[in-house]
Amino acid sequence: MTNKILIENLSLQYSDGTESLRGVSMGIRQNAVTVLFGPAGGGKSTLLRCLNRLNDLTEIKASAGRILIDEENILDAKTDVIALRRKVGMVFARPVPLPMSIRENVTYGLELAGEKRKSKLDEAVERSLKLSAVWDEVKDRLNDPAIALSGGQQQRVCLARVIALQPEIILLDEPTSGLDPISTGKVEAALLELKKEYTIILVPHSIQQAARTADYAAFFLQGELIEYGEGKSLFTVPKQKKTEDYIMGRFG
Amino acid sequence: MEKSLNWREFIITRAIKASGYSAVVFVLLIFFFLLREGLPALGEVDASSLLNIRWYPIEDHFGILPLITGSIIITFGAALIAVPFGIGTAVYISEIAPRWMREILKPLVELLGGLPSVVLGFLGILVLSPYLRILLDLPTGLTAFTGSLLLGGIAVPTVVSVAEDALDSVPRAYREGAWALGATKWQTIWRVTLPAAKSGVLTAVMLGVGRAIGETMTVMMVTGNAPVMATKLGSLFSPVRTMTATIAAEMGEVANGSTHYHVLFFIGMVLFLISLVVNVIASSVVFRSKKRAERILS
Repeated sequence: MTNKILIENLSLQYSDGTESLRGVSMGIRQNAVTVLFGPAGGGKSTLLRCLNRLNDLTEIKASAGRILIDEENILDAKTDVIALRRKVGMVFARPVPLPMSIRENVTYGLELAGEKRKSKLDEAVERSLKLSAVWDEVKDRLNDPAIALSGGQQQRVCLARVIALQPEIILLDEPTSGLDPISTGKVEAALLELKKEYTIILVPHSIQQAARTADYAAFFLQGELIEYGEGKSLFTVPKQKKTEDYIMGRFG
Repeated sequence: MEKSLNWREFIITRAIKASGYSAVVFVLLIFFFLLREGLPALGEVDASSLLNIRWYPIEDHFGILPLITGSIIITFGAALIAVPFGIGTAVYISEIAPRWMREILKPLVELLGGLPSVVLGFLGILVLSPYLRILLDLPTGLTAFTGSLLLGGIAVPTVVSVAEDALDSVPRAYREGAWALGATKWQTIWRVTLPAAKSGVLTAVMLGVGRAIGETMTVMMVTGNAPVMATKLGSLFSPVRTMTATIAAEMGEVANGSTHYHVLFFIGMVLFLISLVVNVIASSVVFRSKKRAERILS
């Protein structure tokens, strides 16, 4: 397997003075789930937001380093940010259905990209809702407002919305933090299915989830990458003392 | 100790309650006063002459239609100006402007809202109306259009500050959700942020319109005050007189208890009714969308 993303010596500091990332370097594999975990404020979300340049809209004082996706530096000023965001989809911690119907939520990104043919849109709606394991629950009420769904359904519709764009990489920032165990299970099952086609980077909401889903895992502490390796070995025999302490629940 | 606390509690609750009720009482008192002074007009002047197109109180012509149309045409013109400008400014301040710009603009808009309307009227007479007269080649610059422009300016700050609050309260997550899907800033504003803030933006429009209907001083100064029926679009460029300006100009010189006096109060009732209708529409729009959201969330 190859590296889809290569992060080289990435540092970032927010305008309010908090330093969020310090010299992070890592490669992220294609068609695998890479988990970024660690205590709050460790820089996990910041890293995700660098990958689709959502941080452009926050006030940043200084940043350095490179992020190569398919060998292209996406932090370059010449990058087409809109195209990048279509290629790198993102699901947020709180499900944010846009104020439209379920169908429109899924087709919105495609319509923005200029797709108008109804057959294509319908096909995308069905395909992506099936992949995100919510099709059976919503297929009879696609024209209802998406906000009428339960939290777990909303989150899977948000996932479908991202999949509909056929991205190459999917970023998930604690996608199950507000969900019940059953919905969580469904989202995790969807991820297993999705990784066959996509590169997935997940910030989990618990260590248990990290251990369940990770092909690769990276432990972040105060903006630094402490340990990075295959999920199985990292969660059973961590190499670093800090990682072990965190996994064992001694701090954090 | 215990006892005095109870007493304090009692007095404070009662005082707060009383001030709450007093608002209702004052509105009712004003309303009854208007009715008492205005309703006799219906007995003294018959309805057909009230709905006449001639307002000439000295010779007992009490047609209030020209005053109503005057108010409507000016308010309509003002809304045409204030709504796009106000919402545009609100969108700029809340969505597009960098932070330092926002910190300059917001207080400036509020300052504009606090500008006494007589000052604006002053500017209207001295600057705007001569300019319009020459520019549009009119016999006089004191027209409905001049009034609309100034009233629009008066309503803009109201629209901006209410609409800006509404846009500001749309969760940032909505915008990020749209951005992450590859929406541009403009697509996000048009398809996500504005629809999400819809009820607040509508309230802003209604409050702005309400402000424009009730405004007196500016229109009295710049609209020429000729009680002429505004029947066609061209009337926008001739002098008109509004209900508010009529009351303000004539109330001081009318004999207490005369027919003229009662008719002036009757005009006040009509004005009261119009702003009541605007308010009811505004709150029913807000209420409806809120109920819909509640139904969905339950």
